[in-house]
Amino acid sequence: MAHVVLPQVIVDRFTTGVAEVEVDAKNVRGLMKALDERYPGIAAVLEDEMAIAMNGSIYHDAYLEAVGADTEVYFIPRIGGGR
Amino acid sequence: MTAERKEFRWIGKRPVRPDGVDKVTGRAQFSADFNMPGQLIGKVLRSPHAHARIKSIDTSKAKALAGVKAVITGADFPSLPDEWVGAGRVEGNFKYFSENIIARDKVLYEGHTVAAVAAVSAAIAEEALSLIKVDYEVLPHVIDPVEAMAPDAPLLHEKMITRGMKTPPTKPSNVAKWAEFLMGDPVEGFKKADVIVERSYTTKAVHQGYIEPHAVAASTSADGQTVVWCSSQGQYQVRTWVSKIVGLPLSSIRVIPAEIGGGFGGKLIPYLEPLAVRMSRLTNRPVKITMSREDVFRATGPTSGAAMKIKVGATKDGKIVAAEGEFIFQAGAYPGSPFMNGLMCSFAPYAIPNVRTWGYDVVTNRPKAAAYRAPGSPIAAYAVESALDELAKKLNIHPVDLRLKNAIVEGTPSYFGPKFGSVGFVETLEALKKHPNYNIPLGPNQGRGFASGFWFNGGGESCATVNINDDGTASVIEGNPDIGGSRASMAIMAAEVLGIDYDKVRPIVGDTASLGFNHVTGGSRVTFATGMAVVRAAEDAVREMKERAAMLWDISPDAVTWEDGFARPAGDNAGKHEPLSLKQIAGQAAKTGGPICGHASLNAQAPGPGLGSHMVDVEVDPETGHVKILRYTASQDVGRAIHPSYVEGQMQGGVAQGIGWALNEEYIYDKNGRLENPGFLDYRMPVCSDLPFIDTIMIEKPVPSHPFGVRGVGEVPIVPPMAAVANAIHSAIGKRLTSLPMSPPKVRAAIDGDA
Repeated sequence: MAHVVLPQVIVDRFTTGVAEVEVDAKNVRGLMKALDERYPGIAAVLEDEMAIAMNGSIYHDAYLEAVGADTEVYFIPRIGGGR
Repeated sequence: MTAERKEFRWIGKRPVRPDGVDKVTGRAQFSADFNMPGQLIGKVLRSPHAHARIKSIDTSKAKALAGVKAVITGADFPSLPDEWVGAGRVEGNFKYFSENIIARDKVLYEGHTVAAVAAVSAAIAEEALSLIKVDYEVLPHVIDPVEAMAPDAPLLHEKMITRGMKTPPTKPSNVAKWAEFLMGDPVEGFKKADVIVERSYTTKAVHQGYIEPHAVAASTSADGQTVVWCSSQGQYQVRTWVSKIVGLPLSSIRVIPAEIGGGFGGKLIPYLEPLAVRMSRLTNRPVKITMSREDVFRATGPTSGAAMKIKVGATKDGKIVAAEGEFIFQAGAYPGSPFMNGLMCSFAPYAIPNVRTWGYDVVTNRPKAAAYRAPGSPIAAYAVESALDELAKKLNIHPVDLRLKNAIVEGTPSYFGPKFGSVGFVETLEALKKHPNYNIPLGPNQGRGFASGFWFNGGGESCATVNINDDGTASVIEGNPDIGGSRASMAIMAAEVLGIDYDKVRPIVGDTASLGFNHVTGGSRVTFATGMAVVRAAEDAVREMKERAAMLWDISPDAVTWEDGFARPAGDNAGKHEPLSLKQIAGQAAKTGGPICGHASLNAQAPGPGLGSHMVDVEVDPETGHVKILRYTASQDVGRAIHPSYVEGQMQGGVAQGIGWALNEEYIYDKNGRLENPGFLDYRMPVCSDLPFIDTIMIEKPVPSHPFGVRGVGEVPIVPPMAAVANAIHSAIGKRLTSLPMSPPKVRAAIDGDA
């Protein structure tokens, strides 16, 4: 199970206070799907506004990226030049 | 200075860049160099007011002028929904993007485009502009972001509600967005501190200062196909913006990238292209528009100015136990300052258990902020790295040692969530201590300053094609405008994989019809992401050549290896065959299956972050307040330097721009919100005579996700200079300057005790 840490701004909107969850997923697409089943609507917001950080690296738009069983997954705002 | 490296044939060498001769002989085609038969000249009418409602626009006299072929206003563009869309390719709010390109009901800054004209000559176009009558209702304006946050400040967007708050405010304001990051408990953390520094800082908006002003030529054929020639940091980005703002399918727009005379983030955003395309489509003739330098200053994005409050606390032994930072960033006329990056980059280089950063994206009556090298990070670093210098001096610890005591390493948790991967921050600091400049004695009125910086670096979508030619050469097609020598880097990486000489590889930058989508030249992503695509495309070509050799030898492709540009049998079991060169295989391509082309498309992930540490010596003239840069040393983790000269060039360029930001650059507005210094004579950027040679130290800590270990290098060098210079000035005169630019009057005032 991957250990997922959600940012406060997402916790406030979707999870009624739950900031850390365990998710069984093989890749980022599966992770998003599993989170969305638990907290409807969360995946679209995460995909639009957040990048994923796993094992010290940052990923944007990365459905295919593998999620290991013991991976710690964080969401951070997408890195951009200011829009 | 370079860390020990694995031996490569081309990686790490310094060959002449493929575009070099054209650029030094004046043959290179920049966007203003394009001219076509029957071309019309476009001119833009700009707002004289910082903030005004447009009551009416009368274009009838301009349209009636002989030689005028088109007059357009905001009414000629579709209204776009007020929505934030993401991610990736179209991230942002296109209503704002569109209204920034041409105003609708209000102008929000002096220089805001109100109308545009296309005519048979520049003189007629200018005359037509003078015949357009705009009836304005002038409104109160606000330039300063802190003043813009006041409850009674003039509202730029009457319906704008702050985004990002748990409980959204009920009243509109100029605060477009709020955000916060928190780790640990800063309140408790500060209780453990023996020494606390708390101070406020301000920075001014500065322009990217690219030498080439914006220009575009657009031509539309009778079947509705539009071709655009322009210099930008992304031809695909231009195509997307034109598509959305003019309202056209992507397939009807082809953008051909011109050479680019500097961008630094400021050419990620189109300004003229939708106007030229719209008028070209109205007239079915080519339309060319060029900006003057004044236009560039009045209407294109600088980076944000900011107001910041920093608090840091440490124990006597130099361990930082808590940090806080408030960051108010000026967005300009429309939301979108890089404040979020500032919040995340500010304390990123340090392992601090208790951190809180929070910030505001604030709209003001000036051009919309655009990206500028490591957007947001240099601004935040000026404040944080100045505070750390003060902390070090209070603790009586050398500033480099304070940073070393608190430096992040692989596995350190960040306060914005994830743990850091491979980073070479400690190495950059240790390298500074070993550099000869570290121990040079200083004279009277001289001081030495240190600062460090962090930037995320980017990845993203790229694709590339490698075509093998039948004479043994190769052509590389990539999709990113070459700003900093990337064609040379692409050719080096392709040559390394193909095993042929560098000068047998010719790279070109393709247009939007030549390749699939490529993300922008920005975020220090090109050598990393597009380089990865070129490597994969070259590997694909090698795979194909191995198959062709296998066919000629009647063996399995698995029994063929590729070494130094030759296909060879993998071992004795593969049989005795004379090696086949790339040229020999390419020469038989027709017989063995047709042209040999390698292609790759990918979304490059897991870029390594950039970290750098700088050291600067200054001399302050106590009579005039002038600060002279005596020597400058920049140390950086560069991953793997594909072409070291261009890595050094990026480091030196970032430092040069940072010194200008530190010492001189600022916009000066009159009481009506009109810019008073829209030219390089009065907007003082550093020139060669202002700068010493900038020493560089390249630390090579390869990034695991890239085949050659490339780490983006173009942005982090601009992060430390402002604080490094401020800290050096403090060492020289014993006064801390907390407001940029640290221009002679401010330095003089500090010496006199007035600041």
